[in-house]
Amino acid sequence: MAHELVDALVGMRQKDALRIVEEMLDRGEDPQSVLDLGQEAMQIVGDKFEEGSFFLPELMMSGEMLKMVAAIIKPRLAEQATEKAKIGTVVLGTVRGDIHDIGKDIVGFVLDMNGFKVVDLGINVAEEAFVEAVKEHQPQVLALSGFLSLAFDSMKSTVDQVRAAGFDPKVIIGGGQIDDTVRAYTSADAYGGDAMAAVAFAKQTAGVS
Amino acid sequence: MNADEKSWSQLTPDEKLEQRWKAFVEAPIDFVSPEAEAAYRARATRLQKATLLQGTPDRVPVTPLTHYYPGRSQGLTPYEAMTDYQRAADAWLQSNLDLQPDAMMGPLFAAIPARAYEILDVKIMSWPGHGAPMEGGFQYNETEWMHADEYDLLMDDPTDFFLHVYMPRVAGGLEGLAGLVSPQDMIEIVTGPAYWMRWASPEVQESLEKLAAAGREAQAWGGAMFPMLGRMVAEGFPGPVGAMSKAPFDILSDTLRGTRGLIMDMFNQPDTVLEACDRLVSFAVKWVTRRATPHSPPCVFIPLHKGADGFMSDEQFKTFYWPSLRKVMLGLIEEGFVPCPFAEGGYNDRLEVIRDLPPGRTAWHFDRTDMRRAKEAMGGIACIEGNVPPSLLNLGTPDEVTAYCRDLIEAVAPGGGFILDGGSVIDEAKVENMHAMVRAAHEYGVY
Repeated sequence: MAHELVDALVGMRQKDALRIVEEMLDRGEDPQSVLDLGQEAMQIVGDKFEEGSFFLPELMMSGEMLKMVAAIIKPRLAEQATEKAKIGTVVLGTVRGDIHDIGKDIVGFVLDMNGFKVVDLGINVAEEAFVEAVKEHQPQVLALSGFLSLAFDSMKSTVDQVRAAGFDPKVIIGGGQIDDTVRAYTSADAYGGDAMAAVAFAKQTAGVS
Repeated sequence: MNADEKSWSQLTPDEKLEQRWKAFVEAPIDFVSPEAEAAYRARATRLQKATLLQGTPDRVPVTPLTHYYPGRSQGLTPYEAMTDYQRAADAWLQSNLDLQPDAMMGPLFAAIPARAYEILDVKIMSWPGHGAPMEGGFQYNETEWMHADEYDLLMDDPTDFFLHVYMPRVAGGLEGLAGLVSPQDMIEIVTGPAYWMRWASPEVQESLEKLAAAGREAQAWGGAMFPMLGRMVAEGFPGPVGAMSKAPFDILSDTLRGTRGLIMDMFNQPDTVLEACDRLVSFAVKWVTRRATPHSPPCVFIPLHKGADGFMSDEQFKTFYWPSLRKVMLGLIEEGFVPCPFAEGGYNDRLEVIRDLPPGRTAWHFDRTDMRRAKEAMGGIACIEGNVPPSLLNLGTPDEVTAYCRDLIEAVAPGGGFILDGGSVIDEAKVENMHAMVRAAHEYGVY
């Protein structure tokens, strides 16, 4: 049987989840093991999202709950707490001129749940900032988000500038109007219709199944 | 007693609908030429037949739903369209004359007056030169403008909430209005003075001055835009859409709580969310009907956002999104309007649910929905409109656009009830591609 904290998180019961976390810490349980239960719940949420029984609401809700749990636990975590090894790095951002963030945030969250280190540069990110981040983090994947048609050109110039600077991460693009026509225009390697497409692409690129 | 002799309030919904379309098709307009009049009547009739599923019109109507395209096609950036009102008005007119669509490409949701927004220091939107690039349009800033514990305030008295709580948050220039309270406080007139005093505070005065200044700026804008709209009709372009409304769930999500906030509410206080959606039904209906006359254009634009495929499960759609949206549409139909939902994103998973509407009383504009499936599901129930991909109009060739349109027309136009349009709102597109889309309706859409 799953732990009651896992049940509460997967059941989207925020109040219960936070109460259980407080009770566990009051009982003196190891903060790291509480956080691990949170991660376990997120894994289940991710699986359910992947199989199509959970949707955006559960994904966002569980992400918010995990943030709250982490905020309670982090101050009590021993310094030696180690992060799990990541299976790859993704640099992510909404391109220049576009300030939409919902889709980008979901992609970042799902990639993180699936074991990737996600460097989220935010919204309205200039080409130069992407180039800098790619240089610094050497990601396997560059993920560009945009909702507006002006994003087509920003995506194209971002891809061009990253490659001109001598870097060659695999590039995936996504957003409301993005399709294969835009992919070809921007010379990205792939486009994603939803967050899971980004995960599949990143896993394939990183050589994990 | 026939419909002509009854007073408006005595008419049945179908009679009201008939009257609205009659007023629209036969509108007594001072046309610029007999040709313009003939074009207007033919277009309006075409739109009526397609929209109301009255058999087949003479050909498939083509009505591009545009954002900044008309301005861009005449060399204006969105920044220029929002700051030089007369140039914008001229550009929109010229673009319509050039393209000859079956319904006017209107400017009112794109070429909005930037200075009025600046005066009011609007925060819920970024626009060119004010947080958004000059070459792009305005964009919304979504956050929790309404707090999770404020549903009661909203439901109890929406006007009080919007005017005195919400607007001061979304517009810095209206912060002073937070010092006002519901006029209920002066209804028992002896308590009036304590209420009136509030209006004399420096903060309220400052906001009132800004509101008046924004109003004057909007008047200057309207002085350029509204004569141009009249001119477009006189040139033969009908404007079937005269008002907009929204799904109650989207009012909560887009405007008030933000996507994240509302999603958390769906789990933390689901009954409250449902109650608020229900409360907002009459709000959304009256948004349209309050000032409507028998001559108001028949179509009501309803952009749909957070109910698309992937945004929520079928069960959540059926619980949180659809019931109140359906009530809004039925409320509009009751008043003789045709709700025209614009389903951005995909609606493939929703087709079986949204079929539950009175036949021939709605028109659905689809974006990334499979139009063949849409026709199958909605045939005989609603007109469907769409869905030439904006990426194709922007980046493709005229031949590619023609091929897409021809294929689409051949698949879903038979039997009527189809309007050719872009998928999402057309912001940037090649002029030759837009012409290819219009030409396709003429060449392949004749019944």
